[in-house]
Amino acid sequence: MLRILWDSYSIWWADLMILKHLWQRFLITSLMSPVLYLLAFGFGLGRGIRVGEVNYLEFVIPGLIALTAMNTSFNGAGMKLNVDRLFYKAFDEILMAPVSPVSVVLGKSLIGVLRGLISSLAFLAIGLAFSPLRISFLFILSLLLSCFAFAFVGVLAALLAQSHQDMSTFSRVVLMPMAFLGGTFFSLEHLPGWLRVTIYLMPLLHSNRCLRAEALGQTFPWISFLVLIAFGLVFFLACLFALRRMST
Amino acid sequence: MEAHRSIAATPFIKDPRGMILIENLTKVYGAIKAVDSLSLKVEPGEIFGFLGPNGAGKTTTIRILTTLTKPTSGRAWINGFEVTRQPYEVKKQFGVVQQHLSLDRELTVWEIMELHGRLHHIKSGERRRRIEELLEYVELCEHARRKVRDLSGGMKRKLMIARALLHRPRLLLLDEPTIGLDAETRRRIWQLIRRLNSEGTTIFLTTHYIEEAEALCHRVGIIHQGKLIALGQPLELRLRLGEFAVEVLFDGQVHYHYFQTREEAKAYVRNLPSEIKAIVVRESNLEDVFVELTGRKVEDAENLVG
Repeated sequence: MLRILWDSYSIWWADLMILKHLWQRFLITSLMSPVLYLLAFGFGLGRGIRVGEVNYLEFVIPGLIALTAMNTSFNGAGMKLNVDRLFYKAFDEILMAPVSPVSVVLGKSLIGVLRGLISSLAFLAIGLAFSPLRISFLFILSLLLSCFAFAFVGVLAALLAQSHQDMSTFSRVVLMPMAFLGGTFFSLEHLPGWLRVTIYLMPLLHSNRCLRAEALGQTFPWISFLVLIAFGLVFFLACLFALRRMST
Repeated sequence: MEAHRSIAATPFIKDPRGMILIENLTKVYGAIKAVDSLSLKVEPGEIFGFLGPNGAGKTTTIRILTTLTKPTSGRAWINGFEVTRQPYEVKKQFGVVQQHLSLDRELTVWEIMELHGRLHHIKSGERRRRIEELLEYVELCEHARRKVRDLSGGMKRKLMIARALLHRPRLLLLDEPTIGLDAETRRRIWQLIRRLNSEGTTIFLTTHYIEEAEALCHRVGIIHQGKLIALGQPLELRLRLGEFAVEVLFDGQVHYHYFQTREEAKAYVRNLPSEIKAIVVRESNLEDVFVELTGRKVEDAENLVG
């Protein structure tokens, strides 16, 4: 067990070195889209709109944190792995090392988790300037869980992709619908039943529900919290499966 | 100058299965048999060369030995450990230099080595000492802080060799180790390979350069379309063909004829009709063996397998 964690750290370590070399660029690019969303939807469109009992800005900021966590964790874990695996073949080095598949999946996900945490917390700091958010232990835990789940999705996509094109296709077909429909920008109350059911199958919705409830001091949706854990586990196992399938 | 320390593996435990044992190995991709019923044994201490054109199945064989690809059928062992069943043990036995530059370009030379050391569970102090030693060995010391992306092709190749040696493997697998390198760098890498071998590391290399196989290898296996079509010492293979070659130019094409003695070759030349010109009499080489085997006479050549 200790060996598995230590090996994961070794794999993570290399990605940390790269992050250290490029951290400024990383921070600017990953803050770009949430800040733009904040300006466009929060201030531009959302001024004066109320969602239930809160104003739109308060509503949308926790959602944008979840969205940032999703995008940055996915890209942080998946994009480089995809290039390393298909183009530079640097991933072979890890595949040929005497480490367990669990370490490989965990090690390659951790950079996504870290990147997701850094950029969503950085955005949180910006958000706090505009809206009084309640930051609790459960808030941070939900954020961490979300980062893990989406980092696993990133690793999974990178392991399955046959080309770089596949990665952006995956991103558009899977992540983009979640970004627009997954409860970040609006409440699901007014949607038709069938669409609401579909959206309940999206992990991002459950990140949104957890983060928003904690940030706004509402009742914590424990079911969404458990669903998020379940999604994370399923993605993790799928990564292990994809890794095993790769050597055939 | 301080005395040279050996950077090679500790002496091996002799296994009856040799350093590499391959039995009936087959790998099928769709309709293509990349490796076709390959059987082979490489003894500890050898430099064994796998010679063949691009696409002959050399890289697939290395991928199977390094656990990256699973064989369709057949089995393989490294130092007594079976590659599909004991991948964890197998991975500790070999170091590999792949044909492509499998390096993370964003890392520095030192970080590449450091990562490999960590992945192979080499303790911190020992790791640092070995990295310094190896970077010196491949003359990359003063580039330790440079990023891989800023290195020349030869430096990257040397870095890959240094990395492959860090955990002191008993077996070094080299897939086209000098591909795309200039003549001088190639010779330096040959020296490096010979030295490693003299210090006890078994070498298994693939190449499509005839002169590389002749210059380095104790034994060569010639592989063509996934099948091993000849196996033996370079000299032995030449002798089976004939120690002397006669090249004649006839009808605008070069034809090759092989003879066991110079006298036979000369007698053949004397009796040629006068319209045949441009005759060369020389010693045969592995290239001749290769051409004869992989050219039109492949079928006749099957009996060359020793």
